Amino acid sequence: MKVKKRLLDAARMNRAIRRMAIEIVEKNRGIDELMIVGIRSRGVPIGERIAREIEQLEGRPVPFGIIDITLYRDDLTTIAPQPVVKPTKLPEPIDDKIVVLVDDVLYTGRTVRAALDALIDFGRPKAVQLAVLIDRGHRELPIHADVVGKVVPTDAEEVIKVKLVETDGEDEVLIMER
Amino acid sequence: MRTESSALRSKDLLGIEPLTPEEITLILDTAEGFKEVSERPVKKVPALRGQLVINLFMEASTRTRVSFEIAEKRLSADTLSFSASGSAVEKGETLLDTAQNLMAMAPDMIVIRHKHPGSPKMLADHLPASIINAGDGAHEHPTQALLDAFTIRERLGRLQGVNVSIIGDIAHSRVVRSNIHLLTKMKAKVTLAAPPTLMPAEIEKMGVRVVHSLDEALEGADVVMMLRVQLERQGKLSFPSLREYYNTFGLTPERLRRAKEGVVVMHPGPMNRGVEIASDVADGPYSVILEQVTNGVAVRMAVLYLLSGGHPAE
Repeated sequence: MKVKKRLLDAARMNRAIRRMAIEIVEKNRGIDELMIVGIRSRGVPIGERIAREIEQLEGRPVPFGIIDITLYRDDLTTIAPQPVVKPTKLPEPIDDKIVVLVDDVLYTGRTVRAALDALIDFGRPKAVQLAVLIDRGHRELPIHADVVGKVVPTDAEEVIKVKLVETDGEDEVLIMER
Repeated sequence: MRTESSALRSKDLLGIEPLTPEEITLILDTAEGFKEVSERPVKKVPALRGQLVINLFMEASTRTRVSFEIAEKRLSADTLSFSASGSAVEKGETLLDTAQNLMAMAPDMIVIRHKHPGSPKMLADHLPASIINAGDGAHEHPTQALLDAFTIRERLGRLQGVNVSIIGDIAHSRVVRSNIHLLTKMKAKVTLAAPPTLMPAEIEKMGVRVVHSLDEALEGADVVMMLRVQLERQGKLSFPSLREYYNTFGLTPERLRRAKEGVVVMHPGPMNRGVEIASDVADGPYSVILEQVTNGVAVRMAVLYLLSGGHPAE
């Protein structure tokens, strides 16, 4: 795989995340019922950054949780070997909360479908919203994002690579092609 | 979906002996994810939906059987359990015939407990289903050793360098065999203590230290694992009386003071209170005996999940 284009550098990624945080607060008219939930693995650091930005904006923390969707995947019986399972950690009950799911890339929508199923096993949120850093199109399910960092039209053969300081040592988003 | 993954090499879990330290770590790490499932309001995930697991318990068991059944149900597998009594086994059917008949009903996994060592291996060699050993004679009981290791790791944060003393009926115990394999592979230091009649000859070759008194074994121990005196597996008692056994090898609060501060006391169950362990210790502040039972479900979920997927060797 080689790099076709650099979509975001560190500064632009930070600006995108800050704008996403502002949009989430504005859309929900405050943060009273809000909970930010990052989808493992790269949804977690992005979700944490959004939660930090919201805290700076509003002057108080917003609850932050982590969801692992592995056991809810629709391809568990066909992929080998089994993907690694890690704990889900939600800071408080999700009943009557507005849960904002956060992921790095929205593509087929299957991860989000699995996350919705996983979330519902923990209770009945008032609403669920979706925030993603990159929306690259090619949906296979009727799912859309409420808050998007950047929309990028892509070919199905291309790969979007999101790198984060927390997991990869640097912040950038690349389009790779074969 | 992007996938981070790792795998067990075999389709079966027949014992700890064939596992690598990496595979053991994978199972223990995976079990951490599953422990959280048991703490949710809805204690069920769809991972094994549509898979059939048969529990073949040809020897008495409460804890292990219930633990496997709960683990299977929490993974959404279809389960079916049966025991030797009330089945065709009583009419003289061989184990292999029983298993082949069950196989004709296409189970994905078979959990087996049997009094004969090697029975799980025999099934694994003949059947395409994944076989999980839930205890075979005095050979191995791998999921017990895994849940013990999980509990130690959870309590002490590591296995490497931990001093584990295992005390009691070493000769008749499959639990100790699996535990020795696991703990030595993970670089823990294992000490065994038992009356000479219950200590197998040359067991030092498994990489363990052998002492002959309880006090010696307790000195400096981080973990004390008491084994059940298996009265049913002995033709006649290997010691003069249960009272004498308690006086020499029974774990009492006074004797436990020789161990390290914050020692972890374990027992695989079922306990003979007043034989190998005093009630004050079993129910006391250092005991993790009930945590072991809780962790057993998480560890068995991890094993079922890891074996349910495809295998790189296929």
